Amino acid sequence: MKNILSIGILLGLLGCFAVQAQHNTEQHSAPATTPAQAQPAATTTHDAHDTAAQHGTAAHDEKAKGPDLAKMIMNHITDGHEFHLFHDVSIPLPCMPYHKERGFDFFLSNKFHHGHSAYNGYVSKHGVLNAVDDPTFPTGEVAGVHVHEDPKTKQLTVEHQGKQYPASRASFFDFSITRVVFTMLLAALIMILVFTSVASAYGKRSVPRGLQSFFEPIILFVREDIAKPNLGNKYTRFMPYLLTIFFFIWISNILGLIPIFPGSGNVMGNIAVTATLAVFTFVLININGTKSYWGHIFNPPGIPLGVKFLMVPIEILSIFIKPFALMIRLFANIMAGHIIILSLVGIIFIAAHVGGSAVGFGASIISALFMLFMNVLELFVAALQAYVFTTLSAVFIGQALEDHSHDHHKNEAHH
Amino acid sequence: MLFLSALLTPDLGLIFWTTLIFLVLWFFLGKFAWNPIVNALRDREDKIENSLRQADIARTEMANLKADHERLLNEAKEERAKIIKEAKEIGDSLVNDAREKAKTEAAKIVADAKNEIHNQKMAAIIDVKNLIGSTAIDLAKQVIKRELNDTAAHQRYIAAEIDKIKLN
Repeated sequence: MKNILSIGILLGLLGCFAVQAQHNTEQHSAPATTPAQAQPAATTTHDAHDTAAQHGTAAHDEKAKGPDLAKMIMNHITDGHEFHLFHDVSIPLPCMPYHKERGFDFFLSNKFHHGHSAYNGYVSKHGVLNAVDDPTFPTGEVAGVHVHEDPKTKQLTVEHQGKQYPASRASFFDFSITRVVFTMLLAALIMILVFTSVASAYGKRSVPRGLQSFFEPIILFVREDIAKPNLGNKYTRFMPYLLTIFFFIWISNILGLIPIFPGSGNVMGNIAVTATLAVFTFVLININGTKSYWGHIFNPPGIPLGVKFLMVPIEILSIFIKPFALMIRLFANIMAGHIIILSLVGIIFIAAHVGGSAVGFGASIISALFMLFMNVLELFVAALQAYVFTTLSAVFIGQALEDHSHDHHKNEAHH
Repeated sequence: MLFLSALLTPDLGLIFWTTLIFLVLWFFLGKFAWNPIVNALRDREDKIENSLRQADIARTEMANLKADHERLLNEAKEERAKIIKEAKEIGDSLVNDAREKAKTEAAKIVADAKNEIHNQKMAAIIDVKNLIGSTAIDLAKQVIKRELNDTAAHQRYIAAEIDKIKLN
C-alpha cells in the first residue's frame, strides 16, 4: 500500500513538472503571434539577445533561419554561473576566479548584467567566466562591453569603447559556484540532512519508519546486490564509497531533471564530474589491487611468451579503459536525456516558427506528452545509471581484490 | 562539432569542486551515516537471528518441559492407581481375614458350644441314667421287695435292661 502511494506521489510530481514545462512553453509560445516575434521571445539564451542587439539586422536573418535551438540546448546542458528563470530574470551565483597575477576575486554573476558588462577584468560568454588578457583593460564594473566569439578559432574578443581586447580562460582558475557546483552542493546537503537523520533514527528505534523505511531497502539493495556479490567478505570496507557514489549520482540526476531552480543543473552530464568520480573508482581499484591482479596485468599466466607481448599492453590499457568507460557511460546517458527533453521543447518553437502560434500550441501539447514520457524514462535512467556506475565500480574493485592463484592451479591440473 | 569540444573539455574548477564535495561527502557520511546505518542493520539482523534461535531453543525447552510434565503427571496417575489398588487389596484382605477369623472364631465357638452341649448332655444323660437306674431300682426295690430278695441277680438284670434303653 505504501509503495503504491509513493509511486503515485512520484507520478504526481512528474505530472507537475510536465505541466510546468508545458506552462513554460506556452508562455514562450503565447507571445509568438507572428514568426517575427517568435524569435526574440522564444530564445531563452542571452547570447541570442547579444547577437540580436549587436547586429541590428540579425533578427531578420534569424527570422528566416528559425530559432537557434542548438545554442539553446548547449546553454542548458553545459555549465554556467547563473540559473536562468525566464526572459531576463536569473538567479546569480558566486564567481570565484583565482587569477595567476590578479589573485582571488569574489563577486556575484549579476555583475555581468547578462554579458553586457565586465567586472574586474572578467567577462561572461555562454554563461562562462572569461578573463580579459590585457592589463590595460579597466577594472571594476565596466558597462557597454560586447564579447564576440570567432566561430572558427573560438577566440574571444572583448569590445569596449571601440577597442578590442583578447579574452580566455587560460590565465585563471575558475573556482566559481556554477550551476553544476551549486547542484552538487545541494545534493550533498540533501544527502547529509537525509542520511544523518536516517542514521540517528537507527539509534532511536530498530523498526524503520518514515524516511528510514524509504531508504533502508535501497541501502540493503546496495549491500546485498552490489557490494556482497562483487566484493565478497571484504564488502564492509567499501560500503561508504558505494553508498555515497550511488546516492550522489542518483540525487544529482533527479535534481537535474527538475526544470527550474534549484534543479536543472546538469551534474552527471558534465564530463568533469563523471571524470572525477571515475578517477575515485580508478584509485580504489588500483590501491586495492592484489599481487594476483597486478600479476594478471604484467605477466598473464598460462599464456605463451609471444602472446604476452600483445597481452600486456592491452591489460595495461584496460586499467584505464575501465574507469574511462564509467566516465563516458554516465556522462553520455545523462547528457543525452537532457538533450532529448530540450529538443522536445525545441520542437514547439520550430512548429511555431513554421506554422504560427496555433501549430505551436498544438505542438506544445504533443511535446509535453512526450516530455512527460521522457521525464519518466529519465527518472528511471537516473537510478539506473547510479546503479550501473556503482555496480561496475564494485565489480572492478572486486576483480582487483580477487586472488586468482587457486584457480590457476586448478586449471593447470586440468591441462 | 562546434559544441562537442565545449562538452568534452573537463573544467578544472569543476574537477576541484567535485573532488572536494565528494571527498567531504564520503568521509562525513561514512562517519555519521553509512557506518552507523550499516552497523545498525547488521546488529538488527544479528538480533533477529539470535532472537529466532532463542525462540527455537525456548520452544524445544517448552516441549521438553511439557513432555516432562506429562510424564510426571502420568507417573503420578499410575502411582495413584497403584496406591488405590493396593489400598483396595489391603482393605479386601483385611475384610477377608476378618471374615475368616470371625468364621473360624464362630466355628470354634459353635464347636465349643457343641462340645459343651455334648458334655452337658452326656453328663445329663449319665445323671438321667443314674437317676433312672436308681429310680428304677427304687421302683423295682419297691416292687420286687416283696417278690424278690435276690437283689444281686435282679440288679444285674435291671442294669442289663437299662443299658438297652438308648436315651438319645
